Amino acid sequence: MARMKFLCDVERCIECNACVTACNNENDVPWGMNRRHVVTIKDGERGEKSVSVACMHCTDAPCAAVCPVDCFYTTDDGIVLHDKDLCIGCGYCFYACPFGAPQYPQQEAFGVRGKMDKCTFCAGGPLPDNSEAEYRKYGRNRIAEGKLPLCAEMCATKSLLGGDGNVVSEIYRKRVFNRGGRPLTWSWQTAYSFKEKNK
Amino acid sequence: MKQKTWLRRVSAKTAGPDGMNRRTFLRRSGFAVGSGALAGMLPLNLMQKAWAADKSNIPMDGVKTVYRRTVCTHCSVGCGVIAEVQNGVWTGQEPDFESPLNLGSHCPKGASVRHYGMGDRRLKYPLKLVDGQWKRIGWEQAIDEIGDRLLKIRRESGPDALFFCGSSKASNEHSYLQRKFAAFWGSNNCDHQARICHSTTVAGVANTWGYGAMTNSYNDMHNCKGMLFVGSNAAEAHPVAMQHILRGKENGAKMIVVDPRFTRTAAHADVYVRLRPGTDVAFIWGLLWHIFNNGWEDKKYIDQRVWGIDDIRKEVMKWSPGAVEDVTGVPESKMLEVAKIMAENRPGTIVWCMGGTQHHIGNNMTRAYCVFQLALGNIGVSGGGANIFRGHDNVQGATDVGPNCHTLPGYYGLSDGAWQHWARVWDVDYEWLKSRFDMERKYDAGGGKMAYTMNIPGIPVSRWIDGVLEDPQNMSQKGNFRAVFFQGHACNSQTRGPEMKKALEKLEMVVINDPFPTHMSVMSERKNNTYLLPACTQFETTGSVTASNRSIQWREKVMEPLFESIPDHVVLYRLASKLGFADKLFKNIKVSNGEPQIEDILREINRGTWTIGYTGQSPERLQLHAKYRGTFNTTTLKAEGGPCDGDYYGLPWPAWGTPELKHPGTPILYDTSKSVAEGGLCFRARFGTEHNGENLLAEGSYSKGSEIKDGYPEFTYGMLERLGWAGELSDKEMAVIRRVAGISESASGKESSDGKLDKVNWKTDLSGGIQRVAIKHGCAPFGNAKARCVVWTFPDPVPIHREPLYTPRFDLVAKYPTYEDRKAFWRLPTRYQSIQKQDHSQKYPLAFISGRLTEHQGGGAATRSNPWLAKLQPEMFVEINPADANNAGVRHWHYVWLEGAEGGRIKVRAMVTERVGRGVVWTPFHFGGWFQGKDLIDRYPEGSAPFVRGEACNTATTYGYDSVTQMQETKATLCRIQPV
Repeated sequence: MARMKFLCDVERCIECNACVTACNNENDVPWGMNRRHVVTIKDGERGEKSVSVACMHCTDAPCAAVCPVDCFYTTDDGIVLHDKDLCIGCGYCFYACPFGAPQYPQQEAFGVRGKMDKCTFCAGGPLPDNSEAEYRKYGRNRIAEGKLPLCAEMCATKSLLGGDGNVVSEIYRKRVFNRGGRPLTWSWQTAYSFKEKNK
Repeated sequence: MKQKTWLRRVSAKTAGPDGMNRRTFLRRSGFAVGSGALAGMLPLNLMQKAWAADKSNIPMDGVKTVYRRTVCTHCSVGCGVIAEVQNGVWTGQEPDFESPLNLGSHCPKGASVRHYGMGDRRLKYPLKLVDGQWKRIGWEQAIDEIGDRLLKIRRESGPDALFFCGSSKASNEHSYLQRKFAAFWGSNNCDHQARICHSTTVAGVANTWGYGAMTNSYNDMHNCKGMLFVGSNAAEAHPVAMQHILRGKENGAKMIVVDPRFTRTAAHADVYVRLRPGTDVAFIWGLLWHIFNNGWEDKKYIDQRVWGIDDIRKEVMKWSPGAVEDVTGVPESKMLEVAKIMAENRPGTIVWCMGGTQHHIGNNMTRAYCVFQLALGNIGVSGGGANIFRGHDNVQGATDVGPNCHTLPGYYGLSDGAWQHWARVWDVDYEWLKSRFDMERKYDAGGGKMAYTMNIPGIPVSRWIDGVLEDPQNMSQKGNFRAVFFQGHACNSQTRGPEMKKALEKLEMVVINDPFPTHMSVMSERKNNTYLLPACTQFETTGSVTASNRSIQWREKVMEPLFESIPDHVVLYRLASKLGFADKLFKNIKVSNGEPQIEDILREINRGTWTIGYTGQSPERLQLHAKYRGTFNTTTLKAEGGPCDGDYYGLPWPAWGTPELKHPGTPILYDTSKSVAEGGLCFRARFGTEHNGENLLAEGSYSKGSEIKDGYPEFTYGMLERLGWAGELSDKEMAVIRRVAGISESASGKESSDGKLDKVNWKTDLSGGIQRVAIKHGCAPFGNAKARCVVWTFPDPVPIHREPLYTPRFDLVAKYPTYEDRKAFWRLPTRYQSIQKQDHSQKYPLAFISGRLTEHQGGGAATRSNPWLAKLQPEMFVEINPADANNAGVRHWHYVWLEGAEGGRIKVRAMVTERVGRGVVWTPFHFGGWFQGKDLIDRYPEGSAPFVRGEACNTATTYGYDSVTQMQETKATLCRIQPV
């Protein structure tokens, strides 16, 4: 069984927010919330880098570990989903998540915190696949339609890759090879002390 | 990563009948239960209602989905869009992996286009201002009232009293019709966004080597070895282009970004160069200084294909490293590094956008870029070229065939010959056309040359406010504008906001025809005689659109018009009917149920636009390309097998001759390595065969397979005769040529033609025969000449640096002054020296420039009305360097007043960042709906205000217009910033 993964190739990310918008389009995420964010470091300075982040669908998901009502579950594809009917909107998963993936609606009867919402890897939720109820609560279920998450499929520069982890790493491996001696990602640059390029 | 299997993937449904079989639940505690059951038991609580609220156009399981292929309506990359439509409702958007231009990718704007199908903020029905209140009216009443008033104005003040603004957002067919409409109305006072986008490019580039368009393609950038971006921020303005650019970079190309701002494109570059706004000519000459002094220029290429480089050399030698650093701020080491990289990494491309065009010497800058590429021998080769990224989705097409005030479709100009050509294509009497114009008297066409307005360029969109406000005594037309009709153009993209407000308030009638209420609908305090007419987006109609690389793509209609909106061609049909010339306007265009047929309009374009080869792209061929777009190579754009085998995607113009000739299109302009029949070319012989006794034709260079192994002039019938090729014209072609020459059918023999026959040429021959025969012999119909570095018809034949009108370096004005003021230029007096002679930099010390954000487009009326985009960029701001912020006492994200050098003020947030250097501030230009500190939300029609509004940056921008095209100078003006 495939294990679904995202990978953002930071050498290609241009911080355009196409991924965020594609997600908004496919899941009609309400005003004030985004399931995916593009994070930029050194904004406007030499060495500026951006990376698109959403739920990473962890193997041993900290959100699930801490959830007091145990509303999380992992699909056979390795996608971490949650049940909004169980969620109590406590925000504990937000503490646990290393990526800031859990989101909470802003305009709410209960103040700042409503039911948690996050990236579903375009796999909907526990309601019947592609039902109107599922769409309204979780967004579109592309996985059930045999498609991949729209954010990655529409990425402007094909920086964001999403899908079977093995395929994703195969694509990325080829890119790394093709780029030859150029600095690749943060980790390479920092771990192997590539000389800061003259910019 | 390219996948061409989306259709298959759609059907690969794996879920079981209960839809639950793919789920595994974490069962760590005894409380976990199958939530399918829970969903049925628990009522939706308040929180979920809030989340689920406002969702519309929901995809329904089990309802038949149809797929419509169209093209994004935002920028000129031309990204394919696949719409999923259920029962006529746009319910989903899929990546178009088959499109060779975007390979499925989108920027945020492209990823959001489905929202056009929801349209909650769209204009829903025609509205009219009655005593300051918007009142709903019907289309019939709107057309009647507008038409009656136009006829009255025409009777009293002549046809030039109307300014008709078309659109670069219109399809080729719509924009062509806009130009034709203005012609039949009897005025050249029509224009569109290209004026303020790339007009200086078109003029500069076309006058250098023939055509004013991007020479290569985004895809061809895979082949670059060097890439020089000057005043182009592709990562934010053309995000999907970055896919091709980064592929080129990953293939080993060196990438250099030159910009006053450290842009997101610069963040990906190997080398970043910060230069002072408005100093591009000095910068380019500074590079050439190193290139010439090191002998890095391509001497053979220059000898064969370039004229006038010696004059350039003389000017370049004035730009020693010290002079360059003083003017541009770039040190010698950096200049040498850039020059060396571009010299050692050939082929290299140059990319420029509005950073290089929006200057009062924009035409000098664009020509300097061209000369740079010519010196390195980079034009006409794959991986090289002048990759001029255009802005709007169809700004290339609208420039080619649309509403331009200085030319008829196809760059034919406004001479009597041009009018006669189009009168033949339109099948109307030339004398009747003339009678539509103001023929009462002649006016100053510039420099005292008198002409009828039919032959004088109209007032461009950059100056329409002066058309309203200028003293009529100073104008080269009967009088001021009394009415404006804006069909798809935001006014917040034009400068001098406070004067624009005044102009709007002075006008007798204002008509705005747009899908969304634009800034123009609210910025003035008009109370009456203002109409808002709901337009369709291009998703609610069909037609062709020209991407920046000259590929023409066909759009399918995604959905029926929303609300009471109407597509542009129908609006023009109704208006022309009211004005009494619809029968002539649509003479050879079929009209059914009140809707002119789009395909017929394109066929008419095909029949007339020989100059730039818009003749081979019949609707049928374009539709075939759309269907089989997956068969085109994504680097060369050439179809490999399939029904389009050998064609280039979208038949990039010129696609010579008639559609029957099956020319494949020209993927790279001036590429002599291919035969003309296979999409090769040489430089165009546009400027005669010699100048001051020097040969202008190519020497020893010609396109592959040419039977003339040297330069040659453009083809005429007479030239075919002399070459002995005229006999190859068919009888049918001959008959058409004779008709064009004005020879009656009864006359026989060449003798009776008085040489009229000889003069019929590749541009006027409606049969396409002259082009066909030339190409058969391997020749380019437009001749084979050298590119020229010196444009003797321009104010500065050799491009030179002149300081911006509002310069922060007033000390340099004496050495690099602007022009003298001009009395009659595009019908208006135009000021240069009288502005520059005062020192504005003491009161307004900061250079002020503007640019794009990925989430918004143009004036932003559409994107700010789209919540998916608006929430990502909700506020107008100004980028200011920390040092300047501290000097002004400004804190990050606090409100500030930005005051332009002519007094226009905008209240915006301060983004304190090192992205801009000291002394330079930058704002986006997409905002509108505020005016000088006030949110105008109350002036929008109910329910139509964009989700986010903000100050229009051009409220604070200033006077200044290009010396050839009237491009506005927005990329170098002055301002000051104060805390609120």
